[in-house]
Amino acid sequence: MSESPGPKLLLAEHRFFRGMDTAFVAGLQRHSYQRTYEPGTLLVREGDVADEFLLIFEGKVALEIVVPDRPRTTIQTLGPGDVIGWSWLFPPHRWRIDVRALKPTTTLGLAAGHLRKILDEHPAEGYRFLLRLLPVIATRLENTRLQLLDLHGY
Amino acid sequence: MATNSASSAAAPTASGVPDPWAPAPFVVRARRQETSDIATLELSPARGAAPFAFRPGQFNMLYAFGIGEAAISISGDDTQSERLVHTVRIAGRVSRALYDAAPGTVLGVRGPYGRGWPVAEAEGHDVVLVAGGLGLPPLRPVLYRILADRAKFDRVEVIYGSRTPPDLVYYDEIQRWRARTDLRFQTTVDKAGREWYGDVGVVTTRLPDARFEPSRTIAMLCGPEIMMRLTAEALEARGVSPDAIWVSMERNMKCAVGLCGHCQFGPAFVCRNGPVFRYSEIRPFLAVREV
Repeated sequence: MSESPGPKLLLAEHRFFRGMDTAFVAGLQRHSYQRTYEPGTLLVREGDVADEFLLIFEGKVALEIVVPDRPRTTIQTLGPGDVIGWSWLFPPHRWRIDVRALKPTTTLGLAAGHLRKILDEHPAEGYRFLLRLLPVIATRLENTRLQLLDLHGY
Repeated sequence: MATNSASSAAAPTASGVPDPWAPAPFVVRARRQETSDIATLELSPARGAAPFAFRPGQFNMLYAFGIGEAAISISGDDTQSERLVHTVRIAGRVSRALYDAAPGTVLGVRGPYGRGWPVAEAEGHDVVLVAGGLGLPPLRPVLYRILADRAKFDRVEVIYGSRTPPDLVYYDEIQRWRARTDLRFQTTVDKAGREWYGDVGVVTTRLPDARFEPSRTIAMLCGPEIMMRLTAEALEARGVSPDAIWVSMERNMKCAVGLCGHCQFGPAFVCRNGPVFRYSEIRPFLAVREV
């Protein structure tokens, strides 16, 4: 992982924040951290403190589950426009999955403590934020259900 | 389309009229193992049988002599009608016998049957093809047709989902399609280990990356019904008209000519009125638990 040397990425241009209140997004931008990851490196490790909300701008990552004595399994891949996880939002603020870069990947990370404080202090924007995050959660749940059905096997 | 071919594989009766029940003999010229339970057979006419023209999306009844008959989509190039290509997955006794057919084996062929994909209607449009599992073989003739006349179509997006990486069919051909610059071919699987650097997730997760103008897009979907329904809903949410979305239905087909009723789906027979339907025609029946 390295601090990204590339041009400054704008939170407002990410699919998740597009169209949200500009002052609100600009406030979040000031507490964002741009990083790049080489293929094979972990962005997130299961059990670690979930201290950032990560938004992918370039590249591709795999959400992986590791079970001892079993092969590492990829549950889903994510790319530009996607966000990584919600463990930072709810106690115990620990990641529940590994996230590994498959390609050179650039992210913006928002410091979780600051983001939670902003969402508390601005409930209207916080509500709109959750209205964007909840469909991400719901869609991933639906997709996982479909994967469990093993549709292509029949 | 070849010009020196018959309109049907059916053997003629004494009156000269093709008998829809009589299979014509075709010999297996080549067999390619695709996955652990899927094989592609290349057939050509045997003992006086004639090649016949077909349209992308149509199917044939393949007869394993002494065992039985199964409806199998045609997955080859419709400009090479003398070379009939079928991709078969083991699902029961008949498909097992077809899958096992070695070069030199003679099979019976009745067909072609059914309504095909709206390839001509798609000219001048963006085209989105979405296949799940064994849904790629029925769509492959569409892709051949598009690539043979690429300038007639605008953007072309293909999304192909499979269970695992080893379950992907036409692997070498997919690599060639992915290398093309006039086509975007995305593959995704439901489950993979670390050896796979491609995408993991259901096909609808790839749609946000697909580039097409919804108001001038024709979409063709083939795969498990729930996959087609969710994909159609996602395409509609992006603005594609349900009249411009086409799906290929699969039902247990026996006679293939609309007589036996085995493949009835709501008011339609899949063998005669389909297997390709406009999504707007059959949407009400896709959510019915028992049709």
